[in-house]
Amino acid sequence: MTLFNNKNLSPSQSDLVLLWILRGFALLTGIIVVLITAFLLLEALPVLQQVGWLRFVSDPSWHPVQGFYNLMPMLWGSLLVTLGAVILAAPLGIGSAIFCQYYAPPFFSGFYRQLINLLAGIPSVVYGFWGLVVLVPLIGKLQPPGTSLLAGIAILTLMILPTIALTAEASFSEVPTEYFQGAAALGISRWATIRSVVLPATKSGLFTGLILGTGRAIGETMAVLMVCGNVVQTPTSIFDPIRTLTANIALEMAYATGNHRSALFVSGLLLMVAIAILVAVAEGMSRRNIYG
Amino acid sequence: MKKSQLTQNSRLSLPSMQTERLSLYYGKKAAFTDVTMPIYSGKITALIGPSGCGKTSFLSCLNRLTDLIPHTKVVGSIRLDAVEILNNRVDAIALRRRVGTIFQKPNPFPFSIWKNLAFPLKEHGIKKREQLDRLIETTLQDVGLWSEVKDRLHTSALFLSGGQKQRLCIARALVLQPEVLLLDEPCSALDPISSGVVEDLIASLRGRYTVVIVTHNLAQARRIGDYAALFWVRAEVGRLIEYGTVEQIFTAPQQDLTAAYVNGIRG
Ligand SMILES: Nc1ncnc2c1ncn2[C@@H]1O[C@H](COP(=O)(O)OP(=O)(O)OP(=O)(O)O)[C@@H](O)[C@H]1O
Ligand SMILES: [Mg+2]
Repeated sequence: MTLFNNKNLSPSQSDLVLLWILRGFALLTGIIVVLITAFLLLEALPVLQQVGWLRFVSDPSWHPVQGFYNLMPMLWGSLLVTLGAVILAAPLGIGSAIFCQYYAPPFFSGFYRQLINLLAGIPSVVYGFWGLVVLVPLIGKLQPPGTSLLAGIAILTLMILPTIALTAEASFSEVPTEYFQGAAALGISRWATIRSVVLPATKSGLFTGLILGTGRAIGETMAVLMVCGNVVQTPTSIFDPIRTLTANIALEMAYATGNHRSALFVSGLLLMVAIAILVAVAEGMSRRNIYG
Repeated sequence: MKKSQLTQNSRLSLPSMQTERLSLYYGKKAAFTDVTMPIYSGKITALIGPSGCGKTSFLSCLNRLTDLIPHTKVVGSIRLDAVEILNNRVDAIALRRRVGTIFQKPNPFPFSIWKNLAFPLKEHGIKKREQLDRLIETTLQDVGLWSEVKDRLHTSALFLSGGQKQRLCIARALVLQPEVLLLDEPCSALDPISSGVVEDLIASLRGRYTVVIVTHNLAQARRIGDYAALFWVRAEVGRLIEYGTVEQIFTAPQQDLTAAYVNGIRG
């Protein structure tokens, strides 16, 4: 009788069981995504078959009850408000993460981290409420009516800032300190090290943060619904009220029937396609290697 | 005969660096105290001693890498060519271009081989492509890496072997044409063959660079060192026990402790 009596070289039973359980979970997640997409397609199908894809782009307006289905102004609304928020939140979030990780005194970065965590935990309706009560009147003084693309961008910036800052910090903290030591020993300044070593090395992590933030911004409903004014129009200035695809669904779902209801599912599909394209682009970008 | 010759030589050549009653504190705890030691120009000085006696700490004072560790205090004096480098007016970044460091664990940047050398050069103002190419080629030849990597200069340095990585790190330091090179156990993470290659490379730097090397390998210290310094922990504080030419330390040590250590009786 030896201490280890398992002499055969087959993988252990518990490993195999775990492997199958994990495979099961992965499969389940995949199936759920497929099911949701299928459901959206199914619900959108009636109107797509009756009026066709093209009318969602070319119709003169969005009056679904009268049979006009142009979604473009709302697609623009969704894209512009998201783009604006990401453009503002990315440098803010990544910059503050760099500051906290590499420059700030420890007590300050600890405090700031708590603040960011708190920001991440505030429900979106509270952001919306604050925006409506404080931000919108302020913008209104600048240029009425106040509910606007700008208000939406500002609120969304605040909302996705924690996502971007926290993922950036997490990626920075994985950069080996040897790189810093090595660079310092070569007489290379801290900023040059961050710019040329840290940022390239953490590129894929930073992108993940941006994508998560973008996804959150494009999918956000309640807060933008409260501050954007919800007028269906393609904005010509950042002070114009807009309606996003998400707000459109939330506003009209309650009373929509027939083709109108079906058209709202088309809005949903459009959102999913937008996000899918985004993820694909991000994948492509983060795969590009950094050597050379 | 040979001994006196060496002492005479050392009296002739000026120290490139000189520490005077140098002490380093991590918080309240002293890592080493009162080290007074010359580092001669163009020579190889080997630092030996048991683990924890402050060799790495001493080395990191010499180009003020200690600035990067919070709560450290350096007391005493370090002169580089008669300039006091512990002075706050001395720019640590400029100092580290002149005094390079090689770490125990090879730490190439996650770039291509070419960019690993081009990055420090560019940061120190050399931007012309031909000049970069020329400097990089000569330096890689210097460390004996050129023939091995010339066909894959633009692939990741992280795929090199351990010994090649360490030679790349040495090249990365040499490309900035430092005066002093500090090496902290540069061979201890390498296999015997790579270790031999790196050791030969270090020996070949004699004369052109001032080298300070920490090593646990006494035979290596004896093979490549001109001078040796033995550090030891006394009352939990690192001390310089004995300094002299390698000849002196290994064949005629003044201290019993040195004799015991170099003969493998203690340590
Ligand atoms: N960053 C630090 N903070 C606090 N104490 C430190 C730090 N680095 C080193 N020490 C302490 O200082 C003393 C000297 O350490 P050092 O690393 O210089 O020794 P060493 O001679 O290089 O040892 P080894 O041969 O194992 O590398 C040790 O007691 C160590 O614990
Ligand atoms: Mg050490």
